[in-house]
Amino acid sequence: MPEVQSSSRAPRHRARSVAVHAVLIAGSVVMLGPFLWELVTALKPFSETTQLPPTLLPHHWQLSNFTTVFRSLPFGRMFLNTVLMTVGRTVCQVAFSAMAGYAFARMRFRGSAVLFALFLSVLMVPGLVFLIPQYLIIEQLGWLNTLQGLIVPMMCSAFGTFMMRQFFMSLPTDIEEAARLDGANPWQVFWRVVLPLARPGLLALTILTVLSSWNDLMYPLIVNTDPQKMTLSAGLASLQGEHFTDYSVLMAGSLMATAPMIVIFVLLQRHFIQSIAFSGGK
Amino acid sequence: MTPFAAQRTAGQPARAGSRRGRRPSRNHGWGWAYLMIAPTTIGLSVFYLWPIAQTLYYSFTSSGPFGGHTWTGLANYQALGGDPSVGQSVLNTLLYTGIQLAAIPFALLVAALLNQPGLRGRSVYRVIFFLPVVTMPVAVAMLWRWMYQGDYGLVNYLLSLVGIHGPHWASDPDYALYSVAAIGIWMSFGYNLVIFLAGLQGIPAEYYEAARVDGAGPVRTFLRITVPLVSPNIFFVTVLTVINSLQMFDIAYMMMSTPGSAAGTANPALPRVRSISYLFFEKAFVEHDTGFGAAVAFVLVAFVVLVTVIQFRLQKRWVHYA
Repeated sequence: MPEVQSSSRAPRHRARSVAVHAVLIAGSVVMLGPFLWELVTALKPFSETTQLPPTLLPHHWQLSNFTTVFRSLPFGRMFLNTVLMTVGRTVCQVAFSAMAGYAFARMRFRGSAVLFALFLSVLMVPGLVFLIPQYLIIEQLGWLNTLQGLIVPMMCSAFGTFMMRQFFMSLPTDIEEAARLDGANPWQVFWRVVLPLARPGLLALTILTVLSSWNDLMYPLIVNTDPQKMTLSAGLASLQGEHFTDYSVLMAGSLMATAPMIVIFVLLQRHFIQSIAFSGGK
Repeated sequence: MTPFAAQRTAGQPARAGSRRGRRPSRNHGWGWAYLMIAPTTIGLSVFYLWPIAQTLYYSFTSSGPFGGHTWTGLANYQALGGDPSVGQSVLNTLLYTGIQLAAIPFALLVAALLNQPGLRGRSVYRVIFFLPVVTMPVAVAMLWRWMYQGDYGLVNYLLSLVGIHGPHWASDPDYALYSVAAIGIWMSFGYNLVIFLAGLQGIPAEYYEAARVDGAGPVRTFLRITVPLVSPNIFFVTVLTVINSLQMFDIAYMMMSTPGSAAGTANPALPRVRSISYLFFEKAFVEHDTGFGAAVAFVLVAFVVLVTVIQFRLQKRWVHYA
């Protein structure tokens, strides 16, 4: 509703604006508060976490909880495993989805309708239907507790293929036709002409894939049970078992596992939010 | 990521088919197309399409610990009926889903507040509300478990300031599911908010001006203009919430499990929180009962299909596409 110009209504307008901000600030406290509590707890000695009333700011600041995490878990390895898994899955999913999405959007070939319908059916099925056979395949390949076991089944994505197809269909075809008339073959058109134009779509899929890989729990929990080969999410789950009373260490661990996503999000927040809105239809 | 696309598929088939320009590659052979879809076709066939058939087959078999499989017909499905934890898991999952749905209107209300013209700090609020969406569910569940802690937790401390003695939120069977559901709301609120905000920003300002000229108050304007015009977004968020909630696992697993501790010391609230996915995980990968686990997976499939079909049937009555 536009700004009210008349001076007689201004106070009412201001009162409403204050009320709106009050609601939004209260909501922000609920959203941010837990993270601040996590940070505060991570900086406290263990004894202070069981103190009543709780100290809002630590009396004794300490960073040793963060080093304790590294002693309780191969945290560095887990971090590296998670980064490699996320990069591997994301690079492959974005590349393969873009290729397949482009083919489905622009090329005609026998069987395309049937294949596309089959891919779509994968989207309807809950993830755990795939898990038992995926586990058995990985086991038979001897890939339990390996990096490729974490990456290979998630190199392709029905969701990504669909999303990229939708994106390519929204692009105008003129430039592609011009390139083709100049003698470019379909791969050159795709690689030199289309991909540079598709940057927003590729970025959106990249962000969504990075998020879901970094946060994935059930699959890594099942296929990599050796702590040296675990991802952060599975590793944190095990940390909770061994130290489930020492919340200052737990909070330090979960803070470190979450921090990279938070930093990337804050740096790229406009793109993150656009990707989500993009995934949600127009 | 499955659910996002599930909606786009059914929600926007028209857009996909309507664009019939000349397709640049028509005159080239099929070779390029097959090369470009090859990785995805192979990957999805091996790791997704074939597994659907296999899991269906396993659900009719009994097995040793991932050994051979013997055909047992409907035995697993009959056993589902005799296992009280199955019915309880279904109830838990449905209750959890219902609570997530009940929170959707609040996200729409906050989005409407954020969408007011001239509001200062909109993007800051949006970032703050969105922060839980990008954080690892395992870490989030751990954080909330600490806040829910009965004796030293933040929640009970805050309640004690107003004279309330709170329960052990994460381990009291009467409260644990609601505690888990609150985390789910906290984590998905920002996502729903962003979807709604995108929808609200597409509503032309003239509609609101016309309503103001006609003397409609804010409540009436919200119900008569805002809600119908964002109904496609409400529908999307609803479908997505249902599909995600029916598959809830991470938070329940983190709230209930104590992996390092001895068996038998599980959280006493587990039976009242165990979701269908959690039951699947236990049966298939802790007890190694593949056949029963596969049957549980198809119980979930049945629910997802059923609820999604109902939602798409109902959408004709209340969703308005411009």
